[in-house]
Amino acid sequence: MAMTRNSVDLTADLGFLKLRNPVLAASGTFGYGLEFESYLDLEKLGGFVVKGLYLKPREGNPPPRLVETASGLINAIGLQGIGVEAFSEKVLPKLRHLKTPVIVNVCGDDDDEYAAVVEYLDRHEGIAAYELNISCPNVKKEGLCPALSPQATFDLVKRLKASSRRPLITKLSPNVTSIVEIAKAAEAAGTDAVALVNTFLAMALDLETRQPKLGNVFGGLSGPAIKPIALRMVCQVASRVRVPVIGMGGITTGLDALEFLVAGAAAVEVGTANFVDPDAAVRIVGEVERWCEAHGVAAVREVVGTLKVP
Amino acid sequence: MSIDRNARLREVRSWGDYFHFSVSAPEVGREARPGQFVMVKVAEGPAPLLRRPLSIHDAGAGGIELFFKVAGQGTEILSRKRPGDRLDILGPLGKGFTVSEAMKGKRAFLVGGGRGIAPLFFLARELGGRGVRTIVFYGGRSVADIPLREKFGKAGTELLSSTDDGSFGFAGLVTGLVGRELAKTRPDIVYACGPDAMMKELAGIAAKHGVPTEFSLESIMGCGIGACWGCVHRIKSESGDGWTKICEEGPVFPGELILWP
Repeated sequence: MAMTRNSVDLTADLGFLKLRNPVLAASGTFGYGLEFESYLDLEKLGGFVVKGLYLKPREGNPPPRLVETASGLINAIGLQGIGVEAFSEKVLPKLRHLKTPVIVNVCGDDDDEYAAVVEYLDRHEGIAAYELNISCPNVKKEGLCPALSPQATFDLVKRLKASSRRPLITKLSPNVTSIVEIAKAAEAAGTDAVALVNTFLAMALDLETRQPKLGNVFGGLSGPAIKPIALRMVCQVASRVRVPVIGMGGITTGLDALEFLVAGAAAVEVGTANFVDPDAAVRIVGEVERWCEAHGVAAVREVVGTLKVP
Repeated sequence: MSIDRNARLREVRSWGDYFHFSVSAPEVGREARPGQFVMVKVAEGPAPLLRRPLSIHDAGAGGIELFFKVAGQGTEILSRKRPGDRLDILGPLGKGFTVSEAMKGKRAFLVGGGRGIAPLFFLARELGGRGVRTIVFYGGRSVADIPLREKFGKAGTELLSSTDDGSFGFAGLVTGLVGRELAKTRPDIVYACGPDAMMKELAGIAAKHGVPTEFSLESIMGCGIGACWGCVHRIKSESGDGWTKICEEGPVFPGELILWP
């Protein structure tokens, strides 16, 4: 007699967006989605966030752009990319048939550029939400990065919230004194969700030549090395804001993803793991489902925010 | 392109830091073209984190061959694998060398420096099968750095070796040997893989003789599939001389389009 398997309800709820499951692919690690079609079924993802877009194509940093470190990766790509026009005309038409939500990571050198990118994309269909990349540590004007100040974060999010016709997810930098303060500023300005964390500002050098290993000198650290710090930050932010939290930072397995849910994330993003295994995000969905089955969890939503502090 | 998580290491040969792997990976082997590469996982856990890009040294219905030099933590771990061990291979990836039936009767120079010889065996075999006359130039610092000279010798291609220290073959850089032969015979194309300095020099020599080139570039890679934008090189193009992804647009480029730092 065939065993009937109790199917786990994997859906995740961001309020403004219902997801098939809580696993999204993270911006900057998933190209524009199309690169991964040979390796996984995009329909099996909760969603994916495409690589950050500026108004114009962007050249990025000189190589070397990557350096591997202990259980981690430092990148200084510099947000090289095709810009909103090429994305809207060449990529978006190939993504529109998907039922999976496509989230666009929005970049800008200043507030006006963020607003212009959103205005441009607002005229095109097939985008579920915007993720505001206020936090990339690789671009030169890091001192002006809005993620570093609660006031600058508030001003930018407020302006975009007023102009955008789509929900906003504000992606936070961990390279701040208090990520909770930044998250609260984004919430006060009306963000629909916060996503954290982006990469940690880092460096690697060659002892023999005494030169930095990255063309940009500094870069952003990602991968399993950052997971415990990211988990702590997600836990702190989730307990202090009411908007949904999307957690990320070194998630490589379904168990990693579930830990972020327990810490309070409503959904998670998988980043660097996509480089190692292009089908990692779908594998992680399966691992989350199997864990829930094994633990008698009927709906993965029940796990969110269940941290027990004795 | 696919992921073969159950590839098997069949045979290992080694010469000092140089390793030759025969790998059972039928699907990768069937799809592979000369100049393409694979991303090989070296550890199950997170250290080292990333796959390693390796040229496909040869390929057939049963699988692929790899040839690499131990150059760091990843290749060191890989070098300790033994016959029967499982390998996790992503590939074949990238755009390889031009090989076509229209090249019958033409003459090609294949220039490999050190571990850069890796993709040229597959290329020499495929060209030979299409009636292209090939000369392989194989350069290394010392005789220990050109361990595949016997293998090429048996493969029906003409082989000219060079060593920087004069311990075997032509004494000097392989580019000197190529220059000497170019003065005698003009090939229809020069293919190369090796250190940037070698290919840059070769680009100049070939241009002087009006011979087109195809060079395979090497880089650290994050993903191998065009998603991370980590492995870029300046390539001339109509839309501007921007940073171009080696994994996706290459690793083989017309030498004339490669801009050297």
